[in-house]
Amino acid sequence: MDDQPDSAALLPLPPVTFHILLALAEESRHGYAIIQDVAARTRGELKLGAGTLYRSIQRMLEQGLIVETSDRPDPELDDERRRYYRITLFGEQVARAESRRLVELVRLARAGGFVARRA
Amino acid sequence: MRAYQALLYLCPTAFRNEYGTEMAAVFARRSREASNVLTWLWLWLETLCDVALTAAQAHLDILRQDLRDTFRSIRRTPVFAATVIAVTALGIGATTAAFSIADHVFLRPLPFADSERLVTVWQSFGEYTEMELSPLNYRDWKRMNNVFESMAAYRGLAANLSGDGPPLHVEGVCVTADLLPLLGVKPALGRLFSNDDDREGASKTLILSDTLWRSRFGADPAVLNRKVILDGAPYTVIGVMAPNFFFPRRDVAMWAPMQFAAEEFSDRSDYYINVVAKLDRGVSIGQARAGMRVVAAQLEKQFPRENGNVSASVIGFRDVVSQKSRVLLFALVAASLCLLLIACTNLANLLLARGMVRRKEIAVRTALGAGRERLVRQLLTESLLLAVAGGAIGVFLAVAAAPLLVQLVPSGLPIAETPPLDVRVLAIAVAMTVLTGVGFGTLPALRAARAGVGGLQEGSRSGVGGRRERLRGVLVAGQVACSVALLVSCGLLIRALWRVEATDPGFRPAGVLTLQTALPMPKYDVTSKRTRFYDRVLEGVRTLPGVESAGFISFLPMSKNRGGIWTVAVDGEPRDPAHQDHASIRFATPGFLRTMGIPLLAGRDISDGDTIDTLQVAVVSQSFVRRYWPQVNPLGHHFKLQFQGEERTVVGVAGNVRVRGLERTSEPQVYMPYKQMKDGNTTWYAPKDLAVRAASDPASLLPAIRQIVAAADPEQPISEVQTLSDLVASDVAPRAVQVRVLGGFALLSFLLAALGIHGLLSFMVSTRAPEIGVRIAVGARPSNIMGLVLGEGAVLCGIGIVAGLLMAYAAGQSLRTLLADVNPLDPVTFLAGILLGSLMTLGGSLLPALRAIRVDPIVAIRAE
Repeated sequence: MDDQPDSAALLPLPPVTFHILLALAEESRHGYAIIQDVAARTRGELKLGAGTLYRSIQRMLEQGLIVETSDRPDPELDDERRRYYRITLFGEQVARAESRRLVELVRLARAGGFVARRA
Repeated sequence: MRAYQALLYLCPTAFRNEYGTEMAAVFARRSREASNVLTWLWLWLETLCDVALTAAQAHLDILRQDLRDTFRSIRRTPVFAATVIAVTALGIGATTAAFSIADHVFLRPLPFADSERLVTVWQSFGEYTEMELSPLNYRDWKRMNNVFESMAAYRGLAANLSGDGPPLHVEGVCVTADLLPLLGVKPALGRLFSNDDDREGASKTLILSDTLWRSRFGADPAVLNRKVILDGAPYTVIGVMAPNFFFPRRDVAMWAPMQFAAEEFSDRSDYYINVVAKLDRGVSIGQARAGMRVVAAQLEKQFPRENGNVSASVIGFRDVVSQKSRVLLFALVAASLCLLLIACTNLANLLLARGMVRRKEIAVRTALGAGRERLVRQLLTESLLLAVAGGAIGVFLAVAAAPLLVQLVPSGLPIAETPPLDVRVLAIAVAMTVLTGVGFGTLPALRAARAGVGGLQEGSRSGVGGRRERLRGVLVAGQVACSVALLVSCGLLIRALWRVEATDPGFRPAGVLTLQTALPMPKYDVTSKRTRFYDRVLEGVRTLPGVESAGFISFLPMSKNRGGIWTVAVDGEPRDPAHQDHASIRFATPGFLRTMGIPLLAGRDISDGDTIDTLQVAVVSQSFVRRYWPQVNPLGHHFKLQFQGEERTVVGVAGNVRVRGLERTSEPQVYMPYKQMKDGNTTWYAPKDLAVRAASDPASLLPAIRQIVAAADPEQPISEVQTLSDLVASDVAPRAVQVRVLGGFALLSFLLAALGIHGLLSFMVSTRAPEIGVRIAVGARPSNIMGLVLGEGAVLCGIGIVAGLLMAYAAGQSLRTLLADVNPLDPVTFLAGILLGSLMTLGGSLLPALRAIRVDPIVAIRAE
């Protein structure tokens, strides 16, 4: 994407997009691994369907948040038909911006008395 | 797994190709993890929702993208978009209007329960197949038949409504108590008639139409149980019908019980009641007809004198629509389809041309990896969007045009005047729009997408041609053919209209005002009382400034009531009952013939001196003389009318009048003096129509005439006010409306076809500019270049015109019933068609030809 948009333009991120970015923050993963990681991270709260996942991936590729990568983390464990995805620099920026937005939101919630203040 | 893969077909192809394998792999992993049937079922449920939702969203994304592209492209080429929308609107508007009206008249079930089982039942009598019944025959037919579930009767009740405002003449009918239940209708307010209401001597009750209830009683629900005065007698309102209830005609505004009197069952040959019936389940109209003929034959045997030659005819409710109305409407539908076809070909041509212009854009998209399906989809979205916009405007046009078409809805059908705009009509319009959008979009889209990356090559513009232009040529020739066929058909109908309008009605319509004062019975039962009324009114009217003459008659020619047809016996000769002679009879005041401009050819007019005590006389028409006394001077000869015992002596001969309308032959006419009616006898024939001839604008006399009538009888209403010219015009109104609508269609088709030729040739000129440039460079003269372009147009249009004339010939054959003896191969009309076709070609070719001779050879060649 030559004309990458400003990261703020994509905010707020859809929750699924944010979870996928989190899942790809540490390493490149294939689709099923992303589903598993998101499930584990959310203690089973969010189980992505294949359709939801790949439509999000399609959109994130278009937005330049992630790219397909040929890196194979562990060739032993790998099925070579699988496609792996990696977070881009822009994706990291957007994830950070979204995190800041969420933190700010929590701060406001706390100030408003909706969340217990830390001791 | 296969099921999952099939499910993936819900998704757009591009998405499926890209992610289908991966998604299937994920699904496979998860289904392996499913430990029992329950989790497996749960997985499937989740998957179904997931894929369906994903597919919907992916399609929506594409649609959004395509719409964005379409709007961008519309903004870039607004003239193109506006043309497409306008052309679609015309096509859809015309077809929607034509279909809604044809659907209203032919297809939609009539608004009665089991309407397909409803029939009208008539006596037939030789050549007269639809005669009313006598109460006696009705009673016997009802009792003896075994084909009808039920049978009911009605007869006309035109009466003056007085009290609560100025007197008003209202058309109504008397019905037997079982008639409204037979139709399966319910009142909007109050109740229907009971058998008690229908007994002789019971107090009179009345049901109002919604229109009358609103106009006269301000839609007051308290109208129930109110007393109203009809022709001097009190009636109690017991109900109000729903707005969409019409029976037996649209103009009927009230219903009263029949209340047959005992003496009505005394004369079997006194025919005046209409009969409707509901077929037994499983009985066809043909079976019912056969069954009723058997019944009629039994009665004929039993009463050979009264029922000699009387048979029965059974006609479906919907079949009262005349053959002429049918052809009128079918022609309209066919013409609208023709127009839609022309519009579609035009649009296909426009899009093909645009596809060529957009080759580069499409090639770039292909090069960027857009699949063919994706391109076709984008182009189809564009054409559909434009079609939907055009369709919406078209429906609006159709609704706006509906009031212009009401003359095409036969008034004899018990349906509303304007077709309703409802889901049914909208569904037709939507289907037509989608068909148009897909129809004119698919071919150009497929072609454009097939061109692919080829469009990027330098100089590819000149590569256009060959098959592609041939296809466009065929489309244009088709348009020309349809348009010429429409123009010629319309021309034939215009000539038919002229011929009908040029028919001599037998009277001079200009400068005559007509109106009705229907005198109520029994108030005016006595002839002398009526005579006093007529004399007072005529005396007053004749002294009005500008009035030349005035007179009353039983029924005006061509009006709704066309009078009675009676058997006559000439000079007392006994006649074979199978070949009885007939005449159309009327009672008139002196001066009526002069007012109408009906020429008196021999003898004298009816005079004031012809009274009940003098010689019973009559003025007869020339056709009467030709038929009964072809060789002798008729004056002084005698004849007898069946319903009156006494002999009449002919004292005058008048010109023939087309009493049944310009296009129908009429029976011989008999005019009798208004004073020579017996008291209380045949009061239906009491003169009610007043005609006034004036030197100035006759309509301006109306207020004064109202005053004169009010002075003669303050309770007497005036109705049916119109000029005689309007009365004659309304006789040809359906025809005139049809010609106007078809003419509009033909004109549009002419413009569209010219536009099509223009588009094709302009495109040819722009794609062949380099070639033309070279020709000019090597010395071709402007005339050669013009010839090149015009020749191209002329060949196509020549083919189109020939095909169009053939189509027009076929159309002319099926329009025969409407042509009023105009030759379906009328040379003048066909010549006009050829001329208009050539004009259309020339008009369409001129601009492109001029552009061609202005091609700058240097610019054109450099562009290559």
